[in-house]
Amino acid sequence: MTTNGWVQFGLLGMTVALLTRPTGAWLVGVYSGSFGALGFAERAIYRVMRIDPNQDQPWTRYAEAMLTFSVVSMLMTYLVLRLQGMLPLNPQHLGAVAPSQAFETAASFTTNTNWQSYAGESTMSYFSQLTQFTFHNVASAATGMAVAAALVRGVSRKGSAGIGNFWVDLVRGTLYVLLPLSLVLALVFVQQGTIQTLQTPVVATTLEGVTQTLAMGPVASQEAIKLVGTNGGGFFNANSAHPFENPTPLTNFLQIVAILLIPAGFTRMYGRLVSSPRHGWVLWSVMGLLLTAGGAASYYAEAHGNPVHAARGVDVVGTATNPGGNMEGKEVRFGIPSSTLYATVTTAASSGAVNSMHDSFTPLGGLVTMLNIQLGEVIFGGVGAGLYSMVMMVILTVFIAGLMVGRTPEYLGKKIRAREVQVASLYALIFPAAILVPTAASAVLPQGLAGLANAGPHGLSEILYAFTSTAGNNGSAFAGLSGGSTWYNTLFGLVMLTGRFAMMVPVLALAGFLGEQGRVPDSSGTFPVTTVLFGVLLISVIAILGALTFFPALALGPVAEHYLVNAGRLF
Amino acid sequence: MPTPSDPARGAVARRALREAVVKLHPRSMRQNPVMLVVYVGALLTTVLLARDLAFHPGDSSPAFTAQLAIWLWFTVLFANFAEAVAEGRGKAQADTLRASRTRTRARKLDDPTQPDHYYYVSSNELERGDFIVCLPGDVIAGDGEVVAGVASVDESAITGESAPVVRESGGDRSAVTGGTKVLSDFLVVRITAGPGETFLDRMIALVEGAGRQKTPNELALTILLAGLTLILILTVVTLEPLARYAGTRLAVPVLVALLVCLIPTTIGGLLSAIGIAGMDRLIRQNVIAMSGRAVEAAGDVDTLLLDKTGTITLGNRHAVSLHPVGGVDDHYLAACALSASNADETPEGRSIVALARSRYGQKTPSEGDVRVLPFSASTRMSGIDDEVHSVRKGAGDAVTRWVREHGGLIAPELQALVESIARGGGTPLVVAERLHGVNGSVRVLGVIHLKDVVKAGMRERFERLRAMGIRTVMITGDNPLTAAAIASEAGVDDFLAEARPEDKMALVKREQLGGRLVAMTGDGTNDAPALAQADVGVAMNSGTQAAKEAGNMIDLESNPTKLIEVVEVGKQLLMTRGALTTFSIANDVAKYFAILPAMFLTTYPALASLNIMRLHSGNSAILSSVIFNALVIIALIPLALRGVRSRPAPASVILRRNLVLYGGGGLIVPFAGIKLIDMALVAMHLV
Repeated sequence: MTTNGWVQFGLLGMTVALLTRPTGAWLVGVYSGSFGALGFAERAIYRVMRIDPNQDQPWTRYAEAMLTFSVVSMLMTYLVLRLQGMLPLNPQHLGAVAPSQAFETAASFTTNTNWQSYAGESTMSYFSQLTQFTFHNVASAATGMAVAAALVRGVSRKGSAGIGNFWVDLVRGTLYVLLPLSLVLALVFVQQGTIQTLQTPVVATTLEGVTQTLAMGPVASQEAIKLVGTNGGGFFNANSAHPFENPTPLTNFLQIVAILLIPAGFTRMYGRLVSSPRHGWVLWSVMGLLLTAGGAASYYAEAHGNPVHAARGVDVVGTATNPGGNMEGKEVRFGIPSSTLYATVTTAASSGAVNSMHDSFTPLGGLVTMLNIQLGEVIFGGVGAGLYSMVMMVILTVFIAGLMVGRTPEYLGKKIRAREVQVASLYALIFPAAILVPTAASAVLPQGLAGLANAGPHGLSEILYAFTSTAGNNGSAFAGLSGGSTWYNTLFGLVMLTGRFAMMVPVLALAGFLGEQGRVPDSSGTFPVTTVLFGVLLISVIAILGALTFFPALALGPVAEHYLVNAGRLF
Repeated sequence: MPTPSDPARGAVARRALREAVVKLHPRSMRQNPVMLVVYVGALLTTVLLARDLAFHPGDSSPAFTAQLAIWLWFTVLFANFAEAVAEGRGKAQADTLRASRTRTRARKLDDPTQPDHYYYVSSNELERGDFIVCLPGDVIAGDGEVVAGVASVDESAITGESAPVVRESGGDRSAVTGGTKVLSDFLVVRITAGPGETFLDRMIALVEGAGRQKTPNELALTILLAGLTLILILTVVTLEPLARYAGTRLAVPVLVALLVCLIPTTIGGLLSAIGIAGMDRLIRQNVIAMSGRAVEAAGDVDTLLLDKTGTITLGNRHAVSLHPVGGVDDHYLAACALSASNADETPEGRSIVALARSRYGQKTPSEGDVRVLPFSASTRMSGIDDEVHSVRKGAGDAVTRWVREHGGLIAPELQALVESIARGGGTPLVVAERLHGVNGSVRVLGVIHLKDVVKAGMRERFERLRAMGIRTVMITGDNPLTAAAIASEAGVDDFLAEARPEDKMALVKREQLGGRLVAMTGDGTNDAPALAQADVGVAMNSGTQAAKEAGNMIDLESNPTKLIEVVEVGKQLLMTRGALTTFSIANDVAKYFAILPAMFLTTYPALASLNIMRLHSGNSAILSSVIFNALVIIALIPLALRGVRSRPAPASVILRRNLVLYGGGGLIVPFAGIKLIDMALVAMHLV
C-alpha cells in the first residue's frame, strides 16, 4: 500500500464531500419545483404527453404510472433488439438478438442494471445503443430518482394523500439533472480523449504486425450518462478499462466522482427537505464510513496480493515502479489503488461500471465487492435507489432500537406502525430472496453449473456474484460465469425486474403511508436520529442484517476460498 | 388490590408449568410465528429421530439428534412457561376478585321512592334499570348509580383500600360497584349493568388476560419478527443446495438447529409475556387498563393534563397570615376571624382557627347566643351574628359590597392588598364587621391570606417528566394570576386558568391537533368527553359511571398523580420490548461463529479458523448454541416480567445506556455462554 494510493482515497472523499452540498441544493430545487429555467420545454412535454403537472398522485397512482412507463419502455427495447437487423444505423450489419438475450437486456437497461451478457461492440447496433440504451440510461436513472423524491415527500409532508407526480418527477429529473450533467461530463471526456463518432470500425496493424479491428462508436455521450445515472453499461465489453472509454487518470477520477455525485447529493436533499440537515449528514457519514471500510479492506487485500505468488518468490510489494500485489485483471494504467477504489465505488453505488475484472480480485477483495451490493444499495447506492434503500434500513433500525427509549417507534415525526413495518419487512425480504433462491438453484442444477468456468468455492462466488449484481441492479460481473444461456438470461432478467420494481412498490407504499400521517413534534423523549450513536446503530443494523442473510453463502464462497488460498489451493 | 402472598408463588409456578404444556396445542402456538417455527422444527426433528431409531441409517447419530430434539422442545416450553407465568399472576388476582363475586341476595324495589317496600331476589336476576335498596352489612348486588341516600361503603374488595368511602346520590360520588359493602345508613341504587357485564366481571377478564388482543406496537413487532424469520428460513433453506455444491450433505436436524438459533426466539418467546406483565404492573399500581393499547399509548404521552386541586395541590387551602387594614389591631382581627370561623368545619375554616390560636394566642370564644351563617353560593360569604357584632368573611368583592350596603367605607389599602395576595397565588379572604347598637359602624378589618399547598415532591416529579420529554399542563378554575403563581411554585410547564369543563376538551383537542398524545385524569361526569378524547384517560374509581365508561383506565385508589406511574409503566413496557429485540438480534453474531464452521468442518476444514470460540466439535458447537438459545429465554423471564429499569432521562441518554447493555451484552454474552455450555457438555460426555 502506497502513499499515492491513500492520497487517491483522500482526494475522492474530499471531492465528494465538497460536491454534496451544492448537488443537494440543486436536487432540492429540481424536486420541490422551484427550478424552472427550462419551463418552456417542460410545458411542451406535458402538453404533448397530456400530463397535468399539478396533479398530485397518491402512492398507488404514482406506482401505476412508474410501472406503466417501465413496462412500455422495456417492451419497446425488446422489439428493437429483435428487429435490429431491419433497423438503420447498423454499419456492421448485426442481426436480431436472440429472444432470451433480448428479454434479459431489455430488463437490464430498464432496471438501471446494465448487466451485459454480450459484447456490446459485436452484438448491438449503433441504433440499439443510441436509441434504446442511452434512452434507458437516462430514463431508468430518472425513475429511480423520482421514487426517491416521492419517498422524501412522504416523509416531509403531513396529512397528504399525494406524494407528487411521477411524470413531472421523471421529466424534471431528466431535464434539470441528468441531461445537463451528462452534457458537461461528455464534453470533458471528449477533451480528454474519449471517442465520439459514428464511424465504422478501424482496421489497424499492431506493432507485432497483426491486423486488429478497432471498434468505434458514440462512446463519450454514453459514458457520461453511464456514470452519472449509476448505469454502468459500457459501450465496449471491457467497459471503463478500455482506453476509448476511460483514457486518462483524470477521466478515471472523474468517473468515480460522477458515480457518487447524485447519490451523495440525495442525502443532502433529503436532510434539507425533511428539515433535519443533520440527519442527512448522518446518512452521508454512514455511507462514507462503509465505503471507506470496504475500500480499505479491498485495497489491503489486493496490495498484499496472492500468498501463493509470494510463496513462489514473486515480488508483491508495491513501490513507485512496481505495482505489486495482485495485478491480475487490472489495467496497468490504473494500478491497484485506482482499481480497488473504482471496484469499491462501483459496487457500493450500484453502478456496475468497471475498470478492472472483479473475478480476478483476491477472495477478500472479491468479497468486498459482493458484500457492498449485498448490504442492499445503501452505500450511496444507485441514483435515488441509494437513498430509498438507506431510508428503509433506517426505518428498520428505528423500529428495532426505537422502542428502547420507551416510546412507540417514531421517525422524523412519523409513527412507524404495523403497516410501515410490513412494507419495510417485505422490502427487506425480497432482496435476499431474489439473490439466494436462484443462486441455490443454479448451484445444483445442470443448467446452472453448465456456465461455470471455475470449480470449488470460486465457482460458487461467480454464481452468487451474478445474482447479487442483478438483484442489486448493479450490473458488474464476476466474468468467470458465461451468462449467455437461456437459463441464466431468463433468471437474470427476472431477478433484475424483481430487484427493481418489487422493491420500488413497497418504497412508494411507505411514502404514501408516511405522507398520510401528521407529524409528531420533537421532544427530548424522541428517538434521536441525528447523533453519532444513531450512526453507529444504523451501521450495526445494516451489517448484522447483511451478515445474517449472506454470511452462510459467503462462507462457502469467498471466505472458504480465502482460507484455502492461504493454505496454497487455487481455483 | 390484594396481591398473592409468597406461599402462593409456588402455586403460580406450578400452574404455569402445567399451562406451558397445555399451550403446546397448535391453536395457541399459531399466535406466535417465531415460536411456531421452533415448534415445527422440534416436531420435524422428533420425527427424524424416530426414523433414525427405527431404521438405523448408517450416518445417523441418534444420541445427538435426541439431545437436539429435547432442547428444541424445551425452547418452546420455556417460551410457553414465560407466558404462563405472566398470566398466572393475573389469574391469582382474578381468583381473589372472583371470591367477592359470590351470589348475593338483593333487596329489590318496585318504586325507588319507597325504600321500605323491598323484596328479595338473587343478584344474578337483576337487570339494567332495576332499583335495589342496600342496608348496612349488605354487599351491593351490582354496579349502579345511587339515586337516594348517603352511606359509607367498604370498597376494599375492589381497591384494596381499607378506609371506607362515602357514596351519595347526585354529584360525582354516586357510582357504586357490585361486590362492595355498605357499612352505614342506606342507599337506593339503580342498577346500570346486567349480569356478567359488571365492573367486577370486566376486571376479572382483564386481569386474567382473557381475550387479550395484540396491541398495535406488539403487532408491528410481530410482523417484523415474522419478516426476519422468513429471511432466515430463506437463508437456511438455500444453504442446503449451496452445501451440496460444496460437496457436503447437511442433516435436517442440523439445519433446524441453525434456523432456531438464528430466528429471534428470545424476543419471540417473551413478547407476549412482556405485554401481559406490563398490564400486570399497572394492576399492582391499582390501575386497571381497559386495553393494552392504552398502556402502549401511555409510553408515548407528550402532554399530561393535571387538575390543580387534589392533584398538584392538597385539596384544601390553608390560612397562612392575617393582614389588618385601616389601623385595626391584628389581634382584634385574629379574634374576629376566629369567632367567624369557629363553627366552620371546612378545612379552610379550621386552618383559620388554628392560625388565630397559635400565632395570636386567641382563645375559643365561649358559646353564647351566636347565629352561624354558613357559606352560600349566592352571597359568597359566611359569618356569625352575636350580641356585639356581625362578622363576615368571604371573597373581596362580596364582602366590600356588604360593607357598602351597610354604609361603611372601604380602607384604601384593601384593594392593593387583595391583589398582591392573589398575584402571589394565594386566596384573599376579606373580614369585615358591623357593630350593633346606635352608632353601629361598618368596617373592613383585614384580609386572611389563604394559600394552596403544593403537595410534597411534585416539583421533582414534574422535573422527571420533563427529562423524559413530557410536558405537564395544570388545569384550574383560578384566575390567571393565582394560576401562574401556583404553576411556578409546582414547576409545571404550562397552565390553563379559569377553565370550564368544556375548555378541557378544547385543550385536549388542541394538543392532539399538534400531533401530541395527551393523558389526563378525571372523575366528574363533565370530564367524560375529554376523558374519551384523550389518548390516555384515567378515570377515578370514586368518580361517576360516565367518567369510568369514558376513560380507558381506571385508578382504583382514585389518586390523580398516578398518571405519572402509568406513563412510566408504558415506557417500561416498550423499552423492554426494544431491549430484548436488540439482544435477540445481536445474539446471532456469536451463533454464526459457533455453528457455521461446525457445519462445514468436513468440506472446508480451513473454515475452522472461524471457530474463534475453539468449541470442542461440530456436534458440541451446534448443541451448545441450541442449549444457550433455550436457556437464555428462561434467564430473561424475570427481566421480561419486571421490565427494563426506566430512568427519567432524555431519549439519547436512555438509548445509549440500553444499547450498551442489551446490544453490547447481546453481542458478548452468547460467546461466553456457548463456550461454557460447550465445556460442560464435554465434561459430562454428552457429545
